[in-house]
Amino acid sequence: MAGESQSRIPSGPAISLPSVLVVFLLLAAASYGALIKAPEEATMGLIQRIFYFHVSSAWSGFVAFILVFIGSIAYLRTRALKWDWLSVASAEVGVAFFTVVLVTGPIWAKPVWGIWWTWDARLTSSFLLWVLFVSYLILRTLVDEPERRAMVSAVFGIFAALDIPLVYFSIWWFRTQHPQPVIGNGGSLDGRMWRVLMLCWAATLGVMSLLIRIRYRLEAMRMEVDALRLEASRHTR
Amino acid sequence: MSLAHSTATILAKELRTEFRSRELLGTTVVFVLIVIVLFSFTFNPTSSESRRFGPGLLWIAFLFAGSLMLQPSFLREQANDTLAALRLAPIDPFSILAGKMAANFLFLLLVELILLPVFAVLYNIAILPVLAPLVLVLALGTVGLATTGTVFSAVAAQARLRELLLPLLLLPVLAPVLIASTEATVGLLRDPSELSRVWITFLTSFDVVFLTAAWLFGEYLLEE
Repeated sequence: MAGESQSRIPSGPAISLPSVLVVFLLLAAASYGALIKAPEEATMGLIQRIFYFHVSSAWSGFVAFILVFIGSIAYLRTRALKWDWLSVASAEVGVAFFTVVLVTGPIWAKPVWGIWWTWDARLTSSFLLWVLFVSYLILRTLVDEPERRAMVSAVFGIFAALDIPLVYFSIWWFRTQHPQPVIGNGGSLDGRMWRVLMLCWAATLGVMSLLIRIRYRLEAMRMEVDALRLEASRHTR
Repeated sequence: MSLAHSTATILAKELRTEFRSRELLGTTVVFVLIVIVLFSFTFNPTSSESRRFGPGLLWIAFLFAGSLMLQPSFLREQANDTLAALRLAPIDPFSILAGKMAANFLFLLLVELILLPVFAVLYNIAILPVLAPLVLVLALGTVGLATTGTVFSAVAAQARLRELLLPLLLLPVLAPVLIASTEATVGLLRDPSELSRVWITFLTSFDVVFLTAAWLFGEYLLEE
């Protein structure tokens, strides 16, 4: 860090008011769509409405983990710490979204399947994915020096991201008795339900990008504080 | 020096270091034995049951053993300050990693081959008729374990709490290897036994993916 010319972070909020407004409107529309507008599912009834947020959180979580992958590769290629900030911000937000998935899942499962949890392919792989990126975040807390932390976590981030498809395929083939997913694989989802789901996904993606931007800036500020502290200690000596 | 040549040199160095002390292999073998004994308390290891659970337990024991055994791979260099010397050598930096991977692969495979007959006797499983495909499964699974394990050993060596950190990083990433190797082994021990093409292909692709990733990104870990 020392000696490097540090660009100061501009003052002002991390996210602009219009972007917050857009995301807020999207969320309001998505909630209206999911809770009121979407047709009631024939067999599961009211509880099925949790599906819109459950699935869209999972998809957004995936996007966040892909950002970890991109940020990690870009960091190793360029050595610009901003890519590391993107990785850590995305990993934390991704873990938060997958926590939402793992909490809303059992809430939905209990009334429908009669049990909170079952070791089926989707649940197991989501759980494993969550653990994988929690490990990534723990690794980050155990390395102090910023450049070294960025480097080792970038390598682990790449390996963890590459593991995602392997985890999914292996558990898929292992748990062949899993219930067929409703989306893709020829499953049928009502057209209106599709549109509401897409709206929900747009809203959660909006929330995700706001959170990542805030967290990104927090990381940038932490680095700046560290650098300033270092500078100050050099002057007082 | 070519990559193959320098990798062989590093491999020879690793083997020499280990076979002068022989502490790593012996300790790991005893560790897995303890795990196998402890597993026998969790269920009744009669023949029919052990065919179903045995391979999974064996592979879990191997993964645990790997996550402990791969620890010194980079710690030893760090303690003796020899990694800097290795890096100064005029060789492709990847060959340091590749040599260590090859050495760790051989150590782990050796431990597994020593323990396989013990496991077969204790859990009353006939392995002789399927020995060749079983060794293939062991080898493919162990390549994945050694590849990711060596890379993560370099990662963990740079962190605090490294002894706890390595299993934490390694085991979730290796979950696909556990599933694939266990399923392949269960298939082999079934009557009639079959070598699952799906799982062999899967293990091979796991190995290829992570070997490539280690080749592309692993050498960054060797920087100071």
